[in-house]
Amino acid sequence: MVTRGFSSGRKPPTDADARIPPGQYLEQGFPVLSAGPTPRVRTEDWSFTLKQGPRPIKTWNWTEFNALPLTKMTRDIHCVTAWTKFDTAWQGVLVDDILADAGIEPPTAFVLALSFDGYTTNVPTQDLTAGKAMVALLYEGKPITPDHGGPARLLVPHLYFWKSAKWLNGLQFTERDEPGFWELRGYHIYGDPWREQRYTGDP
Amino acid sequence: MSDGPAAQSPWQTVTIARIEKRTPRVTSFFLQPSRPFAYRPGQHVDVRLTAPDGYQARRSYSIASAPEAGGTIELAIERLDDGEVSPFFHDIAAVGDEVELRGPLGGHFVWSDSDGGPLLLVGGGSGVVPLMAIIRHRAARRSAVPVALVFSARVWDEVIFRDELIDLHDRRDGFDLVLALTREAARPPADYSRRVDAAMMEQSMLRLPAPPRFAFVCGSNAFVSAAAQALIDAGVPASLIRTERYGV
Repeated sequence: MVTRGFSSGRKPPTDADARIPPGQYLEQGFPVLSAGPTPRVRTEDWSFTLKQGPRPIKTWNWTEFNALPLTKMTRDIHCVTAWTKFDTAWQGVLVDDILADAGIEPPTAFVLALSFDGYTTNVPTQDLTAGKAMVALLYEGKPITPDHGGPARLLVPHLYFWKSAKWLNGLQFTERDEPGFWELRGYHIYGDPWREQRYTGDP
Repeated sequence: MSDGPAAQSPWQTVTIARIEKRTPRVTSFFLQPSRPFAYRPGQHVDVRLTAPDGYQARRSYSIASAPEAGGTIELAIERLDDGEVSPFFHDIAAVGDEVELRGPLGGHFVWSDSDGGPLLLVGGGSGVVPLMAIIRHRAARRSAVPVALVFSARVWDEVIFRDELIDLHDRRDGFDLVLALTREAARPPADYSRRVDAAMMEQSMLRLPAPPRFAFVCGSNAFVSAAAQALIDAGVPASLIRTERYGV
């Protein structure tokens, strides 16, 4: 349905267009969205735990976690509220390197990301491994600010950005694909921006 | 619409039934859905515009009306000068025009009178919109849940829904309006002439008969960050605070 009087004045140039998923627009800023107040997590209080179900596999403190191999990842990110931001530059620890340090192979096909504020989000294991995702510690070379999920956030750039959990404190392997916070509140269980999987019921 | 139920698009065509200017920068658009639209107070919708060449722009807007209003859905849209969709609404859209709408959306920033209270609502600027849906729902249900709204606006003339809020406040039925103007002197019933802070939250909570069961905070990111911190400093547990942040 064409909207009377609406023109495509903001349509991005074709080269940029190929990088913008359907229904998204290009944003230069970095909007902040979250369901509650911003937790202030001090690095001395920070820890990260890898779990299988309720059972902890390994826990790292801030110093130990920062001693893991750091990888740079520069990616376009896509928020379900329709903004896309190009070339966001992160550094952090690949999920592959976390698993290697714990000395395990992924024990199940699904993961629930856990945050300090109780937020959770589910991601299939295969979307976190093979270099696809990291626990980010730096944004544009500086510590990630609390608003953007610091000290550490998950980065799964090929899925809508609510999957990139802020204030991350653990990854939990689960037997089934268990819906997280937003997935229980009307958002898509997987969240592929290129298939426009925004809400429950989207194909 | 020719779509059968199996192929029904999540988008529906809605018609602009009425337009009402609220403040110099905020105008309400009353949209008539083409199929049943049930929603909860606090939820939002996505609006989609399509250009002749197929280019589409979509944005999320909170619903200002209460479900009990029936009929139309009210969106109170602030004009953003560098925006793409809000200038369309403010400069072009007319009664009778059609746009596409998807929703209702969001299952966290919502409240129904059966959820109980007391409630502390904190809105900055157009962040009052989803809170208004909650307040109107409470009034329509004649709910006894105590509610305090701390509403921060720059100046008196930018207080969205001002007359309606003052009228609801004057009923003295458990709804209290606390106005904070950031760029003008306080004038009754505007209680404060400063930005929200912990002391303001503490004083506003005294208007409730018991500590809030939920706090809802909505506005710009800077506003929500400051207001949520003020609530925490005033002793409201973070787990009771629900936030909604607008754009940049």
